[in-house]
Amino acid sequence: MKLDVLYFAWVRERIGLPKEQVETEAATVADLVAELVAREERYAAAFADVTALRVALDQELAEFSAPLGGVREVAFFPPMTGG
Amino acid sequence: MTVRVQAEPFDFGAESAAFAAGATSAGAVVTFLGVVRDDSGTLARMEVEHYPGMTERALAAIAAEATARWHLLDALVIHRYGSLQPGEAIMMIATAARHRAEAFAAAEFLMDYLKSRAPFWKKEFGADGAVWVAAKDSDEDALTRW
Repeated sequence: MKLDVLYFAWVRERIGLPKEQVETEAATVADLVAELVAREERYAAAFADVTALRVALDQELAEFSAPLGGVREVAFFPPMTGG
Repeated sequence: MTVRVQAEPFDFGAESAAFAAGATSAGAVVTFLGVVRDDSGTLARMEVEHYPGMTERALAAIAAEATARWHLLDALVIHRYGSLQPGEAIMMIATAARHRAEAFAAAEFLMDYLKSRAPFWKKEFGADGAVWVAAKDSDEDALTRW
C-alpha cells in the first residue's frame, strides 16, 4: 500500500522533509517505524525514543500499536504545544 | 461555533464584541486572549507550526464537546500560526452560555484541550538560538480534571 507520511516540528527537522510517500506492507504503526528506522540514520535519530512522539492516522491521534489497514495518511510529531 | 486557524493577526476587541452581539440569548460571555510570552527577556520571535486539516478537525471536535457538555449557545476559537513577536496575540477563545459557571468552565476546558490535543508546535528564537517548546507534564495532567 502507498501511504502519505508527514513529519512535524523537530521530527521534520531531523528527517529533513515534511512529507513523503512510502510503499509499505507494514501491519501497524510500530512496524512502519521499524521499516523507516532501518532505512537511514536520520530516521533512527528521529524515532530513537517513540515515547517522545505522537502519531495520527488520517488526522486522528492513534497508538503506535494501531493497525494501518485502510489508512492513507500517517503523521509523526512531538507532543503538541498549542495555546 | 466557529474555528479559525490563520496566519493573520486578529482584533481581540472587535472579535469579542461581535461574538457577544451574536449571542443574543446568553447571560454570560467569557473571552480569553493568549499572548506570546517572553520569559527569558531575549525572545526575538516565535514560530508556530501546525498540521493543516487535522488542526481544524481537532479544534472543531474540542469545541463541539465543550458545547455539548456545558450547553453553550456559541463558541469561538481563533489560533494563529507562522511568525509571531513577543506581546502579539496568538489565540483567543470565547464562550457564550446562559450562566457564567458554564461559560467559564467551557473556556478552561477549551484551553486545556487545545494546549495538548490540537496539533500546534512552538519554536522560540532567542539569544541562545532556536528551541522547540517542550510539552509540560502539567498540561497533560490538566486534562484529568475533566
